Amino acid sequence: MSEITDSEMKHLAELSNLFLGDKEAKSLKRDLTRILAYIDELDEVDVTGVEPTYQVFDMETVWREDEEIDYGVSRVELLELAEQVKDNSVVVPKVL
Amino acid sequence: MMSENWRKIPEIVRDVRSGAVSAVENVERALAVAECCKNYNIFVSITKERALQRATEIDQKVKAGVAVGELAGVPYVLKDNFLDFGAKTTASAKMLEGFVAPLQATAVKKLEAAGAICIGKSNLDAFAHGGSTENSFFGVTKNSKDTRRVAGGSSGGSAVAVALGVAPFALGTDTGGSIRQPAAFNGVIGVKPTFGSVSRFGVVAMASSTDTIGCFATNAFDARLVMNVMSGKDSWDSTTIDNDFMRHTSRKLRIGVILDFMTDDVDREVLTIVEKYVKKLDKKGYDVKTIKMSTLKYALPVYYVVVPAEVASNLARYDGIRYGHRARVAKTLPEIYGHSRDEGFMPENKRRVLIGNFVLSSGFFDAYYLKAQKVRTLIIEEYRKAFAKFDVLLCPTTPTPAFKIGEKTDDPVKMYLEDVMTVPPSLAGLPAVSVPAGRTKSGLDVGVQLIGARGSDAVILTLAEQMEDYGEQ
Repeated sequence: MSEITDSEMKHLAELSNLFLGDKEAKSLKRDLTRILAYIDELDEVDVTGVEPTYQVFDMETVWREDEEIDYGVSRVELLELAEQVKDNSVVVPKVL
Repeated sequence: MMSENWRKIPEIVRDVRSGAVSAVENVERALAVAECCKNYNIFVSITKERALQRATEIDQKVKAGVAVGELAGVPYVLKDNFLDFGAKTTASAKMLEGFVAPLQATAVKKLEAAGAICIGKSNLDAFAHGGSTENSFFGVTKNSKDTRRVAGGSSGGSAVAVALGVAPFALGTDTGGSIRQPAAFNGVIGVKPTFGSVSRFGVVAMASSTDTIGCFATNAFDARLVMNVMSGKDSWDSTTIDNDFMRHTSRKLRIGVILDFMTDDVDREVLTIVEKYVKKLDKKGYDVKTIKMSTLKYALPVYYVVVPAEVASNLARYDGIRYGHRARVAKTLPEIYGHSRDEGFMPENKRRVLIGNFVLSSGFFDAYYLKAQKVRTLIIEEYRKAFAKFDVLLCPTTPTPAFKIGEKTDDPVKMYLEDVMTVPPSLAGLPAVSVPAGRTKSGLDVGVQLIGARGSDAVILTLAEQMEDYGEQ
């Protein structure tokens, strides 16, 4: 398998929230096909009965205390990071 | 460009404390060398004003007889994916070109508390995706020995800074080799600690199951000193573990040379230099044997499934709205997302996001993501068995010395193959260091990689230190 089709590429770009130009989509499609062909080397490994590893040290979920933490960052400072701000809110185009 | 070497960090600190050499003088020296090295494109920004101000504060404390920390007045270089005051944090990406961090990374805070002074933020592959520092929005960083060649990456700027004597140490991040590989390419020591050693709070996330923070230094002692200051539990990063950098071992180390990475696929000169290092270990009396580890060759394809999957998740936060680049052409909300990400990311960032979303998407999840995580279990299992027989495993850090700029940019798989030896310990969360092992006939640096069991960071650094003392005998 591993040949990425045009429609798969379009779907992937949508999932990734990337508006790609035609030329770039074409070159990325070629790269992805190559990378997936390389990844296909894993086909030769037998993993019957093997459990997956999602994190290396078998850590349990760590809960933190239910208390307010002061990161030393103010709302004003955070809002300064946004491109468009009005009345203490971040501005985005109309959605509905 | 060669500058006089910095002395070992404890000596620099001793002089700052005694007033023999002021912190301001150290900072001025670092800034002067940085200025001389401009053509290497090491820095994204220089934090001169803040550095001099902090140095002045330290000198005033010394004069007033107030105690100063164990890194007092020592200048250092910070990879530009650490949040830090005094400069923007760009991750070398257009997405964060104007990003001014409202807080500082825990690692940076700890270094500052110990008196270290950041003099500038170094170049990297955008979002630390890459192995050459060619994928930067701010241009390519050049190799310290040959400016036609790559610095390695993704922490290329930091490695070259230490190699050229800008500062005695520099910080990097290592997800699959981003400290070790540029360290090898520039003849400095590079430390990737046990997963969880150093808090990642305030560092731009790449792949959360393998991201680590480490350093570059000119010698193992300094590297360990810096790692010791940064390491330890942090309530703001729940994956952090206790500091293992001062745990000693006195027993005779058993060292296993990984035969699977000592084959004809490796550059001839690299092999010869690594074999020479192995002979030195043998002569020095270590118990050196060989070991075959047949699953390690699958580490790279596993890595390029797992890491893109995590990258796709971690880069989902860049929406062009709350912070970061917002595309001017965008009129609707989906356009803001799509265009901002298209404009703000480099091609390699897009490749990884797309691959990540592919392997996580329905219909492919089991065949790719789940399969890769199962093979990862086999790799971890093989390491576990190896560390029952050995204390340290050894192989070259990279299959070749630094390659030419542009040589591998047309084929991502060729670039990925450079990571074939550094990726396996990352997937298992193991500590690994790259130490300078020698130079090729044309003067390029070659590194040897020492890998330890979980938490044995001090063991591999002590070994590196003993081998430095042993010198060229």
